[in-house]
Amino acid sequence: MSELLEAPAAPPDRVRPTRSWGAALGLLPFVGYLVVFLGGPLFFVISGALSTPEGQPTLDNLVASVTSPQYQAAFVSSLVLSAVTALVGAVFGAFLAQAVLTGRRDGPLQRIVSTASGVLAYFGGVPLAFAFIAALGQTGLATAFLRGVGVDLYGLGFRIDSLTGLGLTYVYFQVPLMVILITPALEGLLPQWREAAENLGASAWAYWRHVALPVLAPAFGGATLVLFGNAFAAYATALALTSGSIPLLPTAIASALSGNVLANQQNVGLALGFDMVVVIAVVMVGYLVLQRRAARWSAR
Amino acid sequence: MRGRRWRVVVLVLAAVYFLVPLLSAAEFSLRTPGGGYGVGNYLAIVTDEVLFTSLLTSLQIAVFTAVLVLVLVVPTAVWVRLRFPSVAGLLESATILPIVVPPVVMAAGIAFVQANLGGPVFRALFASSATALTPFYVVLALPFAYRAVDNGLAAIPLRTLVEAARNLGSSLASALLRVVLPAIRSAVLGAAFLTLALVLGEIVIARILLYTDTFPIAVVEVGRSAAGVSVALSLASLVFTWVLLLLVSFAGGRRSRKASS
Repeated sequence: MSELLEAPAAPPDRVRPTRSWGAALGLLPFVGYLVVFLGGPLFFVISGALSTPEGQPTLDNLVASVTSPQYQAAFVSSLVLSAVTALVGAVFGAFLAQAVLTGRRDGPLQRIVSTASGVLAYFGGVPLAFAFIAALGQTGLATAFLRGVGVDLYGLGFRIDSLTGLGLTYVYFQVPLMVILITPALEGLLPQWREAAENLGASAWAYWRHVALPVLAPAFGGATLVLFGNAFAAYATALALTSGSIPLLPTAIASALSGNVLANQQNVGLALGFDMVVVIAVVMVGYLVLQRRAARWSAR
Repeated sequence: MRGRRWRVVVLVLAAVYFLVPLLSAAEFSLRTPGGGYGVGNYLAIVTDEVLFTSLLTSLQIAVFTAVLVLVLVVPTAVWVRLRFPSVAGLLESATILPIVVPPVVMAAGIAFVQANLGGPVFRALFASSATALTPFYVVLALPFAYRAVDNGLAAIPLRTLVEAARNLGSSLASALLRVVLPAIRSAVLGAAFLTLALVLGEIVIARILLYTDTFPIAVVEVGRSAAGVSVALSLASLVFTWVLLLLVSFAGGRRSRKASS
């Protein structure tokens, strides 16, 4: 930290697109912190997944984590839940972001949506679960209202602690995250492009179809992948909403770790964590590829 | 103007979807056992000693976390913008990591360390919920803190400000503390309040590592016997953080408008 603050700065009036070691040193605290406190736990997950409780190397845990029917079911519902809520959240979030952006710049609507997005996207978890139980639980307010107008949700088989109910809750934090992620890309659509298209006789639809959407596609794809990862990683909402009645990967990991299923399950729990990391790594690689493409059109 | 109608539809849909659960929770939290309405559930935060202590613990963790986050993020973001713009994209991607790395997996790795590694360093780390949870909450808070601070830096003439301070003889450290930091104070406050939101909502790591004295865990626990209190307090912490952020947003906006006119 101190090298960073006290390093004698070179004349700062020149942009030095530098890759020198001196400049890289300034990143050391930040990167070092991530390596220790994010990389550290991940290292122990991976090494634990690949060894027996006695510390001998083995692949048995990984094999068990992908062949056991119980864990396969958890895998499938986690993947489905994440994919569906990512797509729904991405599409609705993009529309919402654009609807807000076309309003008055820095008006109350923009401030309310951007601050609320921050709180809802990152706060997630517990309050959302409670709010949805209050709205759509057996005795919830919205449930009662819908029953009043002739739609009996629970008669139709809906339950708030089902995969559908969980998905409905997840969208509540997916949409705000999408608004945060996609707004810069939407702001990057230069008005000149629209004007040029209109001068060439393009309709609004033709502008979106041939100019805006192709430019936005990589950013949209990247943001959707982050949403997928976000839902895949999320656990607090499920924990508070269902107390573990839906088989999701995080639930399976938590119960394997707490050891109340079977002895020696800890390493299988770590193996499930390893599987999640693999899925996340694939998602991140896809995100990085799309991010490079998105950067092609950005002003930066 | 054409194309207005879709905008209204989207905004109304969003309002219904986002407000109905919040209003339902508000209504539920105000119910009293007698059948009327009252604020009894909200008062539990001062009458219930366990809840009150847990709130103090979590606020303490939030302050530690926010300070650490800002110490890591502000100098790094300034450094990247001034000296190392070529890694800006890379670093922005790195800050996506904590969003997608499952807290449950992080917790699994930490739990392994907690159970299997001894020694004074680890014993000190796992001594209390504040020391054990803060370092990892910092990791979880980095993505949005970096984003918020970097947005703040983008909105000020950073290079000019730092050059001016340097020409007047200030060190880089004091330029950072006395010129840059005040200029991006609303972004810094925003990052700090989002960190507060995170700490008031995190249950996964705390639960798996068995630090059950934090506020969100206590709120979930109390729900087993008094659902209304759970709903009231979680809603209150959500709205409280949001109002703080909104105040920062409006205060920051007013100041910058005054400065530019």
